[in-house]
Amino acid sequence: MIARLAAMILTCAALVLPMMALAQSGPLRIEITEGVIEPLPYAIPDFVAETQAAEQFAAEISRVVAADLTGTGLFREISREAHISRVSSFGAPVQFADWKAINAQALITGAVSADASGRIVVKFRVWDVFAGQELGQGMQFASDANGWRRLAHKVADQVYSRLTGEQPYFDSRVVYVSETGPKDARKKRLAIMDYDGANVQYLTDDADIVLAPRFSPTGDRVLYTSYATGFPRIHILTVGNVNSQILQVGEGSMSFAPRFSPDGRLVVYSLTQGSNTDIWAMDLASGATRQLSSSPAIETAPSFSPDGSQIVFESDRSGSQQLYVMPAMGGEPRRISFGDGRYGTPVWSPRGDRIAFTKQNAGRFHIGVMRTDGSDERLLTASFLDEGPTFAPNGRVIMFARETQGAQGSSALYSVDISGRNLKRVRTPAGASDPSWSPLQ
Amino acid sequence: MTYLTKALLIVLALATAACTNPGRFGDDPGATRGAGGPDAIVPGSVDDPLSPAYFTARVGDRVLFAVDQSTLSAEARLVLDGQAQWLMTNSDYLAIIEGHADEQGTREYNLALGARRANAVMEYLVAQGIPQSRLRFVSYGKERPIEICSEESCYTKNRRAVTVISASSLTG
Repeated sequence: MIARLAAMILTCAALVLPMMALAQSGPLRIEITEGVIEPLPYAIPDFVAETQAAEQFAAEISRVVAADLTGTGLFREISREAHISRVSSFGAPVQFADWKAINAQALITGAVSADASGRIVVKFRVWDVFAGQELGQGMQFASDANGWRRLAHKVADQVYSRLTGEQPYFDSRVVYVSETGPKDARKKRLAIMDYDGANVQYLTDDADIVLAPRFSPTGDRVLYTSYATGFPRIHILTVGNVNSQILQVGEGSMSFAPRFSPDGRLVVYSLTQGSNTDIWAMDLASGATRQLSSSPAIETAPSFSPDGSQIVFESDRSGSQQLYVMPAMGGEPRRISFGDGRYGTPVWSPRGDRIAFTKQNAGRFHIGVMRTDGSDERLLTASFLDEGPTFAPNGRVIMFARETQGAQGSSALYSVDISGRNLKRVRTPAGASDPSWSPLQ
Repeated sequence: MTYLTKALLIVLALATAACTNPGRFGDDPGATRGAGGPDAIVPGSVDDPLSPAYFTARVGDRVLFAVDQSTLSAEARLVLDGQAQWLMTNSDYLAIIEGHADEQGTREYNLALGARRANAVMEYLVAQGIPQSRLRFVSYGKERPIEICSEESCYTKNRRAVTVISASSLTG
């Protein structure tokens, strides 16, 4: 025990000097850049329960905050067993020396109270340990008891933003297709969950094939493709309402691949007539439709730029699937993908600067990103079958589906930073595919 | 009821059932079968040339495609000639052509590719004289493979268009 402590003190001594220099040069900040990042060490003692009713939530909320932060790969939690100070009151002065001694650069303290009606209030502070200062100001959030995980995500979002300078993404949800059964008899149903896989709820049963749900810009509606009529048709539903409607998008054998415009007024989609699949747009209020592409090729998977002015989509007009950008009202498309292989399922980053895609090359599938002019292409993953990227609300993280090979193959969700770091599986109760990330709630 | 009357009743029932499809037996030289002889063909079975089961098993209900392609091979056209023949003879049946792709492709693209394949079959059948009103197609993309290994031996069977015979109306 003493030997372990001594070793720890030695390690800390070696680290303290450069850390202090860092602290003096400005507020505590981890820059998300290219290259390898040394995760920033932080401590989060269990939040203080200020009322008896809050006891069941206080520890759990701080655990979810820690899971959010550590899950980014940008932060490393210092084990609670290593803590020297105990935080027994939210207002007590912070013993910075105790946190410095275990090399916690950031410290998150918090308290939870709950009243008789079940309303929970969580308040928190973020500390720059080596500067001996509070980072930003204390805040508090409130919700009913069912919303305790959201409270934790909101706290983590604040901490993330203060430490990275980036927009956050933890208080968000993902709509996806839940899958059970073997490949030749797979059952699919729409499901919605918190971004971290918690609170899964089903939006449809598994009687009909459902594909590729997409959130509206406010996260309250979902577009998807269903075989409920026996034929693929775009449906729309309101989250929390069991009834869905077929979108009357025009005469054709099949309508699919829908996505909202950033203002939520338009739906852009594919319509198949004869052997030809083109991109169309529909005004949700008036029902008016407009054809945006008219080549005899397969044109599908349209996605708006965040300013609504352009649409990226895939077309095989050149002979193989490639990515093109066209004006949102239609017009001459400009090809942007020129690497080896084929490119599909493009999706525009909420930051506007990048497009993520699925790439097939030499028998492998990749998720990649490129600038909107096609330059600076980077492949983030490689596997037997990776497909269908969706961006986190801040554009820093991508979620996608990975299907494994062979007769026993199944599909699961994964996330990866746009830098290619921190590839990890998102736990779901059953198989999962076609994720679509909501905006920040 | 004696064994004999039972048997007679069954034969009668079968004959009546067959007759509810007028025209099915009209021009067929095999129309005299079904009288209960030792070589009798059970109506509706794979041996009955007028049954959907026969269409599936003997005419061939599916054609296969090369990777990413929707053009019909000579072999595929031969199968489709047989399908057209059968549909001509059995003019009270409708058909839905299901287009499929193997798993090596993105979901949306495979849906569109399945539609191309199914449409190629439909256009061929129409060119052989089958009224368009009796045909419809649906694409399943990569959603409904019949073989589940991740090898070319399976993929080649999954890149298919299947003509499914239906007596019901083509709505949806």
